[in-house]
Amino acid sequence: MSDAASKTTPLYEEHQRAGGKIIPFGGWLMPVQYTSITDEHQAVRNNVGVFDISHMGQLTASGAPTAGWLNQMLTNNIDKLAVGTGQYTFLLNEEGGIIDDLIVYRTGLEEFLLVVNASRTEEDFAWLQKSIGGGIRFANRSADFAGLAIQGPKVVELFQLLFRRQIELPARNEIKDFEFLGLNLSIARTGYTGEDGVEVFFPAADAPTIWNEILAKGQALGLRPCGLGARDTLRLEMCYPLNGNDLTPEHNPIEAGLGFFVDLSKPEFIGRSVLARIKESGAPRKLVPFKMKAKGPPPRPHYGVWRDGEQISEVTSGTLSPSLNQGIGMAYVPSEHARIGSELEIEIRGQKFPAVVEKKPLYKKA
Amino acid sequence: MNVPDDLFYTESHEWVRVEGENARIGITDHAQAELTYVVYVELPKVGAEAEARGQIAVVESVKAASDIYAPIKGEVVEVNEALSSNPALVNTDPFGEGWIFVLKMTSPDDVKQLKDAAAYRQAIG
Repeated sequence: MSDAASKTTPLYEEHQRAGGKIIPFGGWLMPVQYTSITDEHQAVRNNVGVFDISHMGQLTASGAPTAGWLNQMLTNNIDKLAVGTGQYTFLLNEEGGIIDDLIVYRTGLEEFLLVVNASRTEEDFAWLQKSIGGGIRFANRSADFAGLAIQGPKVVELFQLLFRRQIELPARNEIKDFEFLGLNLSIARTGYTGEDGVEVFFPAADAPTIWNEILAKGQALGLRPCGLGARDTLRLEMCYPLNGNDLTPEHNPIEAGLGFFVDLSKPEFIGRSVLARIKESGAPRKLVPFKMKAKGPPPRPHYGVWRDGEQISEVTSGTLSPSLNQGIGMAYVPSEHARIGSELEIEIRGQKFPAVVEKKPLYKKA
Repeated sequence: MNVPDDLFYTESHEWVRVEGENARIGITDHAQAELTYVVYVELPKVGAEAEARGQIAVVESVKAASDIYAPIKGEVVEVNEALSSNPALVNTDPFGEGWIFVLKMTSPDDVKQLKDAAAYRQAIG
């Protein structure tokens, strides 16, 4: 199971101590679950859960020309970011294909933090570095930082317990620094679960202290440590895309249905001309969420998607939704079949099962 | 981990209970714990011919689909339909209500090739 090339986060031993089942993921050894995906999923939907996201990459950039440079490299508009706020954005290749999806925070007037996918960190850094101009300090700080995602409706309550006083968490998409147990935390009101929550970043050496304090204080609220398994089911119920599955260099943000995070009013950024053309003519295929129509085996990545006796695509993400107790997934399908209510068939071990294109998100709180 | 003494076992974590000329088959307590919460079982068809170590059924958790193998050669004579509506029986009672299928053994001596409880206990550490 373990692979000599795999990296571990500063919480690796804490995961083992907490009963985490460890699997290789994008070059890292990470917990897929501690008790069960379903239990951890429900803990996040009903109470609060904590995920180790220390494997994610942190790139920092600063200096007067940084904002202009990032606006050339990223699809969303940096000029819309006030100090202390972040935005979801894409790093594209010249053909408009997705290298990575990430969050960029403006941590100072001329200072930025990019939080990128673990498996893309080095590639992103090299790609950005290639086109850097003078006057910009750019660094891959991934090894220096650890991170936790703390997600669920009881997150605010948890932070009152942790700080032993009322603290004002940053507003949605904002990032703020706090002192906690004499340590420095950057807290961002962001997440990947569809629940209220935060993502917290801090020096790697402080990780075990912070993790254990959260587990101890969270006990009263039903907090659970959560693995990659629940992270995947939670994000898929919300139709949040996963890099490597739903987003690849063969796909662009327009056909992924994420044009909202592409500002075509910017005069130039890498991939702009291709995206403008696709936007103009309409994307020939679209990423759609679907639900299985009956009880049966859950859809999985790479299963065939069929329509009118013809294979039209394959599943990019699929699972059994713990909230809906139903098979759910996403796939790129030709645009004529992308309408809500459009009927599809998913091929599972040679047999076809009916599915239907749904509206985003697949799960909504009652 | 529960490993009943009166059963035979495979390296791929199936158990076999000899019932006359038939063999009742499921997956072990160890296997269900590794797979975690079972959400779907694809049963074999009654009448299907099973080859020893041939893929015969599928057990799915939220995370993944796992193949189940026939421990010995035979014909499928019964399948556990209760798993269609309640696949989690595999977790809650792996050696009882969570059985998966019954084979009419081609040669009852074949079970002697399988592990006994002591050998299986050793295999799973």
